Amino acid sequence: MITEHKPPAVQIDDLTVAYNYKPVLWDIDLVIPEGVLMAIVGPNGAGKSTLIKAILGIIQPLAGSVQIFGKPYKKQVGKVAYVPQKGSVDWDFPTTALDVVMMGTYGSLGWIKRPGQKEKKASLEALDKVGMLAFKNRQISQLSGGQQQRIFLARALVQNASIYLMDEPFQGVDATTEKAIINILKELRKEGKTLIVVHHDLQTVPEYFDWVTFLNVKGIASGPVKDIFNDDNLTKTYGINYKVAVNQ
Amino acid sequence: MELTDFFTDYTLRTITLGTAILGAICGMLGSFAVLRKQSLLGDAISHAALPGIALAFLITGAKETNMLLIGALVSGLIGTFWINGIVKRTRLKSDTALGLILSLFFGFGMLLLTFIQKMPNANQAGLDKYLFGQAATLMEKDVWLMAIVTGISLLVLLLFWKELKLLLFDADYTKTLGFNVRFLDILITTFIVLAIVLGLQTVGVVLMSAMLLAPAAAARQWTNSLGTMIILAAIFGAFSGVFGTAISASQNNLSTGPVIVLVASALVIVSFIFSPKRGLLFREIRFRKNRRELHLKKTLTFMYHIAANHENISHPHAIRILNNFQGFTRKTLTTLEEQEFIQIEGNQWAMTKKGFNEAETMFNQLGQEND
Repeated sequence: MITEHKPPAVQIDDLTVAYNYKPVLWDIDLVIPEGVLMAIVGPNGAGKSTLIKAILGIIQPLAGSVQIFGKPYKKQVGKVAYVPQKGSVDWDFPTTALDVVMMGTYGSLGWIKRPGQKEKKASLEALDKVGMLAFKNRQISQLSGGQQQRIFLARALVQNASIYLMDEPFQGVDATTEKAIINILKELRKEGKTLIVVHHDLQTVPEYFDWVTFLNVKGIASGPVKDIFNDDNLTKTYGINYKVAVNQ
Repeated sequence: MELTDFFTDYTLRTITLGTAILGAICGMLGSFAVLRKQSLLGDAISHAALPGIALAFLITGAKETNMLLIGALVSGLIGTFWINGIVKRTRLKSDTALGLILSLFFGFGMLLLTFIQKMPNANQAGLDKYLFGQAATLMEKDVWLMAIVTGISLLVLLLFWKELKLLLFDADYTKTLGFNVRFLDILITTFIVLAIVLGLQTVGVVLMSAMLLAPAAAARQWTNSLGTMIILAAIFGAFSGVFGTAISASQNNLSTGPVIVLVASALVIVSFIFSPKRGLLFREIRFRKNRRELHLKKTLTFMYHIAANHENISHPHAIRILNNFQGFTRKTLTTLEEQEFIQIEGNQWAMTKKGFNEAETMFNQLGQEND
């Protein structure tokens, strides 16, 4: 568990983010210990994606700070991998599946240096891991939604990071892909990685995750699934009287 | 004018070389604008450059091309940053910001041009060539300038190839990998503005965006690789320049800029229709072929179900029993026989082993494709 000496994977203090005048995240305090597979749940507009983007430094917070293993994100770039929502890019872009996965190696290469054989080999391995090796030369617009999601996952895998932030990796994928993805996530956790996943399907939270954060603009609760994933917190987060079928 | 003049005439050679280089750099950098969905940015920038030209003339009092182009560059850049500023700081969308800046700067530029024309100074004539361009005024030093800028931008593209590709595909992700997205953004935008400014003298403010977009749009149709697309766009651009100049030189009173733009547009139309993967023609052909094949498959499947009921799959059946099935025609049967899936004898058909296997595996394949 968390010791005094080692800082947590992610520590968020007093984080407030606003688009124009509307606060999207309000005074969030959150500690994510290393090695958890964590779901962020909350209704639409709760700020789940925004929280991930704020951790990654994609958006500038109004106030507060985010620390990755005790240091600001800019100093820890190589330790964090991001899986964006697959709808965030134009899949008609002229490139192949392998090429997209190779992009995951760009960060460790740094400026100007080009990927070589080593990076290509790592990318092919990542493609294999997500079951997409046969599609390596496929133009990305020719891939199905589930396959595109796997490509994004492979791109993050190739980064070989310690923390993985994923924005709705199960959105619009079929049951087979969902199982394949969650198996990879569980494997990563076994290797000691920290996984933070924006998740929508409350039914599967206890089955997939061991840690959960309830979010609705403010932070409602965060902790082990077995302790805090209950009707009380769900009702606080979603506003309506919520009954979880999965607990029975 | 004869074709041989093309190679011997010094002025024409200079112009041709100039328009070719211009086409190449515009195609190259235009690919970035198209893929970033900033196609209209080029239009806004070129219009925004007009007041810069007029102001540069008012300040220096001379029609020195390089000074005017520096004026155009500065005012084009200001326009670009204002557009970005509006999009970032207000709730206005980028099309509105583009439209606003375009008309504001162009209006101001036209105002200054009218003012300059009324000045008691014989020197002012000819500034309006920047509106529609005048390739005939290209001089060797202008071509050199174009060549140098093209060389530099090629170098920058090669150097930051990986980063720029990443930025084009996924800007947020680029940021999370620790790259300075703002730097890359300013870099590519600056070169796009440079290319536009270089083209103002030849093609003019009004038509400049076509030079930027047409070769890139055409090139996109032929390839699924970013590198090939940019090379193709440069080739298309250069071709438009050379061919456009040749056409306009062969006739009297055909201005070069518009002809170049028309040639580039013709390339776009040809690409939209004839490109093998994305073109309209082949899409239609594929669609018809699929429909024909579907007829065949439906008929074959129907036969398969009949044949499967018999111990001997090649047991002959009357063609008549296919009648209640819509999908078949005489032609379908002939095609199936040609492919040796069935045999026809008189009024009867019999399935071959090959046809039976084909029908059997068809469903499996369908299942796999849907996976």
